[in-house]
Amino acid sequence: MAARFVTWVKAAVLEVQEYVLMLSKVARGLVTRPFYVRDVIEQFDAIGIGSLTVVLLAGMFTGMVLALQSGFTLDQFGARSMVGRLVSASIVKELGPVLTGLMVAGRVGSGIAAELGSMMVTDQIAALRALGTDPIRKLVIPRVLAGFVMVPFLTIIASGVGMIGGWIVTVTLLRVASSVYWNAVVQGLYIQDVWMGLIKPFFLGFTIVTIGCHVGIRTRGGTQGVGRATTNAVVASSVAVIAVDYLVTQLLIVLMYR
Amino acid sequence: MTLAQPSPRPALLDEALALGGPIIVFDGVYLAFDEKVILRDVSFTLQTGHTKIFLGASGAGKSTVLRLIVGLLKPDSGRIFVNGERIDNMTEDQLMAVRADLGMVFQEGALFDSLTVRENVGYKLFEELNWPLEEANRRVEEVLGFIGLGEFIDRMPSELSGGQRRRVAIARAMAAKPRILLYDEPTTGLDPITALTVDEEIIKLRDLEGVSSILVTHQLRDAFFVAEHSAVKNGAEMKFGKAEGNKADEAEFIMLKDGQISFEGNASELRDASHRDPYIHDFLN
Repeated sequence: MAARFVTWVKAAVLEVQEYVLMLSKVARGLVTRPFYVRDVIEQFDAIGIGSLTVVLLAGMFTGMVLALQSGFTLDQFGARSMVGRLVSASIVKELGPVLTGLMVAGRVGSGIAAELGSMMVTDQIAALRALGTDPIRKLVIPRVLAGFVMVPFLTIIASGVGMIGGWIVTVTLLRVASSVYWNAVVQGLYIQDVWMGLIKPFFLGFTIVTIGCHVGIRTRGGTQGVGRATTNAVVASSVAVIAVDYLVTQLLIVLMYR
Repeated sequence: MTLAQPSPRPALLDEALALGGPIIVFDGVYLAFDEKVILRDVSFTLQTGHTKIFLGASGAGKSTVLRLIVGLLKPDSGRIFVNGERIDNMTEDQLMAVRADLGMVFQEGALFDSLTVRENVGYKLFEELNWPLEEANRRVEEVLGFIGLGEFIDRMPSELSGGQRRRVAIARAMAAKPRILLYDEPTTGLDPITALTVDEEIIKLRDLEGVSSILVTHQLRDAFFVAEHSAVKNGAEMKFGKAEGNKADEAEFIMLKDGQISFEGNASELRDASHRDPYIHDFLN
């Protein structure tokens, strides 16, 4: 039992060490040549535009259900007109970034791990190195840049669509006037909330893609290994999204609200 | 058809590594993964324009030798020289320059799934060497013509047969005109006729282009064919015949057993050794 625990701890420490090593190589690759601009553009498209549908749907339904639930709760206090405040504060500060993060973790994190994992087990990454290409620069950096830049954009879109979803339900089902809803939305938000909603996704996007890349390039064991890597990437990046969200929120509260 | 010349090298080094010079040297190389020893005190020299053929059972360390030469693995001890440079202590960035003069054909080809045959073959020219597009395309068409797959240039790897994929992998490895080509089980899993085509490509590159090569295989028929045949070009006609005289000594076998070299010599010496050494006898029979 103790021996198994020691082995587990060693493996965990090794993973962290390799992850940090990869991050240091990424940092170096960002400031030294060569750059693979075409791959960066391709990844912006694959990660950003490719995730738009899922993020739009998630944002829309989240806003709708939030308005529905909070509307009936606020009714008990005769405060149905405050729905907008609740929807905007929840979505902009928390649900927009986290749900976008989770959606991207499911779609992009798994995709990256599966793609790099299959390249690893079929020797394509070894072939890249043999052809004189650094896989970190060619495969990892474009994905990291795309995740870092596009997840905040996706979050803005998800939050915007979420508030529109909340508006649709508020106006059609809760019978609150449109102007009352939008007025409450604006009143419910402080500038710090908006900053929080904008800053957090940068951390979440970075975390999701770096975990996906790390798991992908450490894949071993054929097709079974690729399956395992994909599952690990989704689980690890989803948990990381929640954990990083908490840590960054804590930090931003200290920095901005006190 | 004459393919273009390889990239320039300093004059002194060029002289030292001329035909017959030591283009790859292993000196007491040792490598282990945890408790398992993969290579133990392996030393050999590949001369420019020659071929070394590595034989041995699965897990004997044959493919590991190739990975060490390309720098994909590093030895625990010993020295490795490629093209006159010591590579076992180089960083990944330094190795990139060494790899410019190396081509490797991986088991199963390792072609990039998402790229066409043209993009696969021209990968190094388009992405790393930044050749002018027109010149790179011309070179891709030239090497695909050399291996007889010109009409497949716009296909995806998934649309090719196993043998065609292996030949495209050879084309990719040779596209940037390396002086050294490494073949990792290039004919495993292929039917005898397709395997023969691949063998002929290896011989053509060695005899017509002067490429030094290392072939790792456990296909004895292919190993002996590459070792005992030579290619001669007479105008447009290509002829493969039995290698004779000094030519027969330009291909040498290395037998690996439990990570150690148990035999090194030419084809006839290997046959003779099989009468004395029961392991070689069993292996060859």
